[in-house]
Amino acid sequence: MSSILIAIVLLATLAIIFGAVLGFAAVRFKVEGNPIVDQIDHLLPQTQCGQCSYPGCKPYAEAIANGEKINKCPPGGESTIIALADLLGVEPEPLDAEHGAEKDGPMVALIREDECIGCTKCIQACPIDAIMGAAKQMHTVIIDECTGCDLCVEPCPVDCIDMVPIATTLQNWHWDKPDNLIATTAKSEKSLEKNHEQGVH
Amino acid sequence: MQPITLHSFDGGIHPQENKQQSTQSPIVQLPIPAQLVVPVGQHIGAPADVIVAVGDLVLKGQIIAQPKGFVSAAIHAPTSGKVVSIEQRELPHSSGLNGTCVIIDTDGQDQWLEEIANGSRAIADYLEADNDVLISRIRDCGITGMGGAGFPTSVKMAVKGKQIDSLIINAAECEPYITADDMLMRERALAAIRGIQILMKLTSADNCLIGIEDNKPEAIKAMEEALHKVHGEHHITVVTIPTKYPSGGEKQLIKILTGKEVPSGGIPSSIGIVCQNVGTCEAVYRAVAEGKPLISRITTITGESVEQPQNVEVLIGTPVKHLLDFAGFKQEKSLFQKLLGSFNSSSSSSSSESKPRIIMGGPMMGFTLSNDELPILKSSNCILAPSQKELPANDIASACIRCGLCTEACPADLLPQQLYWFSKSGELDKAEQHNIADCIECGACSYVCPSQIPLVQYYRHAKGAIKEERATQQKSDRSRVRFEARQDRLDREVAEKEAKRQARAATAEKAQAAKKAAAAKAAEEAAKNGTPTEGAGSTDPSGTPTAAAKPEPVDLEKLQKQLDAAQAGLKKSMDKVAEIKAAAAASPNQDGASEDGSNQDGTNDGSEHLAVFEKAVANRRDKVKLLAVQIAEAKKSAPPVIKEVTRVDIEKKLRAQQDRIDKTQQRFTLAQEQGAETLPALQKGLDKQMQKLKELEEDLAQFDKAGV
Repeated sequence: MSSILIAIVLLATLAIIFGAVLGFAAVRFKVEGNPIVDQIDHLLPQTQCGQCSYPGCKPYAEAIANGEKINKCPPGGESTIIALADLLGVEPEPLDAEHGAEKDGPMVALIREDECIGCTKCIQACPIDAIMGAAKQMHTVIIDECTGCDLCVEPCPVDCIDMVPIATTLQNWHWDKPDNLIATTAKSEKSLEKNHEQGVH
Repeated sequence: MQPITLHSFDGGIHPQENKQQSTQSPIVQLPIPAQLVVPVGQHIGAPADVIVAVGDLVLKGQIIAQPKGFVSAAIHAPTSGKVVSIEQRELPHSSGLNGTCVIIDTDGQDQWLEEIANGSRAIADYLEADNDVLISRIRDCGITGMGGAGFPTSVKMAVKGKQIDSLIINAAECEPYITADDMLMRERALAAIRGIQILMKLTSADNCLIGIEDNKPEAIKAMEEALHKVHGEHHITVVTIPTKYPSGGEKQLIKILTGKEVPSGGIPSSIGIVCQNVGTCEAVYRAVAEGKPLISRITTITGESVEQPQNVEVLIGTPVKHLLDFAGFKQEKSLFQKLLGSFNSSSSSSSSESKPRIIMGGPMMGFTLSNDELPILKSSNCILAPSQKELPANDIASACIRCGLCTEACPADLLPQQLYWFSKSGELDKAEQHNIADCIECGACSYVCPSQIPLVQYYRHAKGAIKEERATQQKSDRSRVRFEARQDRLDREVAEKEAKRQARAATAEKAQAAKKAAAAKAAEEAAKNGTPTEGAGSTDPSGTPTAAAKPEPVDLEKLQKQLDAAQAGLKKSMDKVAEIKAAAAASPNQDGASEDGSNQDGTNDGSEHLAVFEKAVANRRDKVKLLAVQIAEAKKSAPPVIKEVTRVDIEKKLRAQQDRIDKTQQRFTLAQEQGAETLPALQKGLDKQMQKLKELEEDLAQFDKAGV
């Protein structure tokens, strides 16, 4: 009888101690906000274009954390969807065409400066303050910061903003992937043969 | 000095050396070509800034482009002549991209700049000179690494605060065919040794090891003889190392000579070593002791397609064609192609090699030039023109058979096969985990691959893609910061506006209360004194605009003034509204209503104040109506001015649009003439503007119809 009592007392004491420790930890190490939102936000391309129908990448990240679909980001495209699917442990889905198509390459806005009338409308539209200028002064895009979100194109009253692909320079050029040629065709067999004839490996 | 114990690196290959062809004759000075093409971006780092103009006469050794930033190098005129053009030209680079080049028509005089010719730039007692003076001289002379990568030497030598134990001179020249360093050591050993002394002084290294492969006995002998001629203690040792490719790789040579390994992602100076090419040492000596900038180099021209393989001293910017002509380049088809042509004349696709194949650099790490007009750079150590038989172009790869030969050959102890799978399937993170960044792209794996898989190209692609991905990530991080900063700013602006609005509301309430009190007092006094209450209206402090609309008999002039004031107010509020993006959608109606110019900022703050604001709008609309009625009464006889004005407006717009189109068209034709890249963008703009013009014309037509 006494052994049962001892066991009960012992377990109860342990339960109280662990409860206190857990309770303390819950208060002391409380995490503010949802940490998954930051992780999702980190994977999104940060163009802040709003094509996902949310006002920026962070709001969309929050929406995803609350169960929104992951295929609404055209600038990120397939690679972003796969990365998000990896993070969240869900099946990757094809890009939702309703929100636009994935572009071929990165684009930047370019103002035809002779035609700019200095209305500041594009400056207000830019979500990341990447357009410089003042009222009645020529505006220009800071190319290095422009995310190519298209948001400045629509407000321009004189249609002087174009989206242009980023030019390849020696600084950002890199080798193409080799063509995936595998020697199975008649032509390639011949080429192997000819190499063999010449005694070259 | 204690004897050097040699170490070895894993892997490596022993390809056919093919070096004897080009070492049969001494170095020849190549005749000056008619035209030089000097790119301003020949080195790692920022391209130099051109400081000459078209039409300038330049002298040999005159600086034509100044270094921009720390990691950059100056460019000098290789001979005297006239700058005929500064333009974008294709660079000898595997990308085939264009870069700024200074085109110089040579005058054949080869006249040195006065200060260089009379030796006033030479530092005679260079071993006593100040290090900063020496480094700035090396920088001014545009010396870059001559081994291949082209890293500015002055940057590499600025090792302040770092303890450098050994200076390692790379004279291994392990790549087949190339003999430029070999010949340089044979003929200019003393200059190279003196250059090494300068570099030792700059780095304050304790000793210097010159690593030379044992397939260059003449060079080793010449260097040792030159060392005997140097007086005093020098701590320089010539070390003969076994021939193996790629023992000339920086990290591999360090491993052979010292047994130390450069840590992954690190540079040699982190383990107390600086490595320099032997050709660079000779260039440093010329720069310091003779004041001569780097305007020429020794280049090997070899391969079975040239009649006289040899080494030539060639001016930087000399077109490769000039070099090939000098060495007797055989343009005709190779024997193999002839045979193929006679056997199978229909298969034109197989004889795609009809264009001569010219490789800049060696057969392992070089790249094929797209044409023979490209110039020689400071780092071009070899021009290889192989015959088809000598170096067949393999364009078809077989499947990987997982033989593992590449792993055995890899000098960097990587797993080439794994890296191949990861690069091929785009698993860049895994490639990174397998240290693809440590690949030196030597080509040993591709050389041994029985399936002829272009392994190195896969690695180069993967490295580039990883770099690009990282850059994108950095950019998106920056965008996030900027976006958040902007959001904060907008929130702050809204909060400030709200605070202002509340402050104003409070003052207005106070004024209202004061007014009421005053009115009550006046009424009381009136009741007391029995005087009429007229005075109450005149004490109204806030009613000036309202009062302006109230008086009954008004003349036209006064009304016109009020209208002007209202218009000014309208414009002001429009500007203000433009600043407040949030209220953009609702603003035009409000602007129309706010005729009295007393614009309340609070009205634009958004849906929260909608009720208040709607009331204000209604009030103002009434005022507008009142004013309009009064104006209509006052100018009953006046013609319908407003209509006329609108027509004039449209015409004005039309004219402006036409002007703009004219301007764009001008620019378009200009761009067409120059073949500028902006052509499609301009075309797009022009189309858009034409459409707008059409729309305006339609508007005008419709207006006229309606008017009639």
